[in-house]
Amino acid sequence: MLRFLLRRLLAAIPVLLIVATLVFALLRLTPGDPAAVIAGDSATVEQIERIREGLGLNRPLVVQFAIWLARLAQGDLGESFFFKMPVSALIAQRLEPTLALALATLALAVAVAVPLGVLAAWRRGGWLDRGVMMFSTLGFSIPVFVLGYLLIWLVSLKLGWLPAQGYRRIADGFGPFLRHLVLPSVTLSVIYIALIARVTRASVSEALTEDYVRTARAKGLNEAAVLLRHALANAAVPIVTVIGIGFALLIGGVVVTESVYAIPGLGRLTVDAVLARDFPTIQGLILLFSAVYVLINLLVDLAYAGLDPRIRY
Amino acid sequence: MDAMHPSELAISSDARLAALVRRLARNPSVVLGGAVLALLALASAAAPLLGTVDPTLLDPVNRDLLPGASARVTALTGESFRHTFWMGTDSFGRDIYSRVLYGGRVSLSVGLAVAALSLAIGVGVGLVAGYVRALDGVVMRAMDGLMAIPGVLLAIALVALWRASLLTVVAAIAIPEIPRVVRLARSLVLTIREEPYVEAAISVGTPTGALLLRHVLPNAAAPLIVQGTYVCASAILIESILSFLGAGLPTDVPTWGNIMAEGRLQFTAYPHNVFFPGVFLALTVLAVNMLGDGLRDTLDPKFNRRGDRPA
Repeated sequence: MLRFLLRRLLAAIPVLLIVATLVFALLRLTPGDPAAVIAGDSATVEQIERIREGLGLNRPLVVQFAIWLARLAQGDLGESFFFKMPVSALIAQRLEPTLALALATLALAVAVAVPLGVLAAWRRGGWLDRGVMMFSTLGFSIPVFVLGYLLIWLVSLKLGWLPAQGYRRIADGFGPFLRHLVLPSVTLSVIYIALIARVTRASVSEALTEDYVRTARAKGLNEAAVLLRHALANAAVPIVTVIGIGFALLIGGVVVTESVYAIPGLGRLTVDAVLARDFPTIQGLILLFSAVYVLINLLVDLAYAGLDPRIRY
Repeated sequence: MDAMHPSELAISSDARLAALVRRLARNPSVVLGGAVLALLALASAAAPLLGTVDPTLLDPVNRDLLPGASARVTALTGESFRHTFWMGTDSFGRDIYSRVLYGGRVSLSVGLAVAALSLAIGVGVGLVAGYVRALDGVVMRAMDGLMAIPGVLLAIALVALWRASLLTVVAAIAIPEIPRVVRLARSLVLTIREEPYVEAAISVGTPTGALLLRHVLPNAAAPLIVQGTYVCASAILIESILSFLGAGLPTDVPTWGNIMAEGRLQFTAYPHNVFFPGVFLALTVLAVNMLGDGLRDTLDPKFNRRGDRPA
């Protein structure tokens, strides 16, 4: 197990290196002076000169890449010229809302999608199944921001049940924190629920055709135990896989959701950085989100061993 | 959808083509999705004939009109006429109905262009990676790296870097989609190259290029076309996200995302500015997804058995 863990960790490093290389190439291989591009439209000549020196732009590209990587390895993501502070500090400042939103969405999506998918598979072809499949197609099609405004209009403006926008820190009280988190996480979870429910349904229906399910029923086990202990347990690997892969949807959705609900997190920071053409910040955020995505899928790989006793590393 | 016409599939005889068309016509998802899309395409192409005014025409007098209101409009040419604003106006007095119809042009052409571009590049790279073993490792590792960057994020970063125009928006949305097409094309090639007819073609000395184009590609076409429709749906969504966030085409260009971005500022008072383009957007993406699901079920039963879509 430990050897497998090490091997998978080592395999994640080249992927992250490739991401870093792509991000580096993105800026350096674009026509124009990279120092001017990085500094943005409002930079002074001195600032551009300082960046040029800092990046070693007069040296060979390979050396520049090495310098950049070495800084990256030390957690130095450069300096934001728009926010006038180190990118890593900026990210730390905006982390909490995004983390809260992502975790709430993940929990909500799994809690809703897995039971829905199991029930749809159990009564395959029935009204619940057709409903789940229809919801799933709709969920893939309705844009996050359209859904967000629809919910704000209905739940906040018409019914007045929940605050329309904004974010409260968890330190300012759990009640307000939760009330501000409900609508954004419901909005963001719909596409994720659509994805997970669809895969759960497919995977559980396949498991339900297996001999061990017939045996379990033949020995008089109740349906709930058949569904959960036999069908769902054996269908778990694809479900966990899609939760990992679907995390990319969630990251993309965070950017939009935080804009709709005016949440000052990393997603909103990404949009602000893009609008200000603040490239050190954009770079840092892309690297961070990609690293999180790779690590989540690494965890998924590790979870396989726990979910399926046939898998031995 | 001319790039995905069934005539491009591997069909040896007219009879099989006719059978395929009949099967497609019997699939409700294909018919419904196709009909809605055809209607939307027609409406946006014929926008000038459908009672629209210049979608960029600013008119401070007619600001924030409610849907159905009617008022006098003075065009840039100086002529003045009565116009009914079926969907109201935005805070610059622009006609939402006209902007929504013209916005359909942007969405549909970006969707088609991204699907065509990422299929062309992705299939090319995937064929080579699947067939030339020496390149496989390098190409696929690069694709892994590209896939590790969340697509929306990469697209907005690329547009920020290149500055938005129709061309850069299409390219920026296509780049994150390409690795998925490459993976699919490569895995199809790896299966197909073991087929007896490919071995037979190799044994009679068919050159590699002709082999890939004449024997491998036609047999990989069905899943690739299905993937193309999903790329199209996702491209339409991402284009509207880019516009909505202010990172897409310039704000005076009528796109559904731009109309919503403008409307959100006064959302509490005039929610319809967000809802009309939103409904059109959701309907379009739904129609493309339905078409894709229908094509998948009809063209490619093997793909369907897996039950899920490539994420």
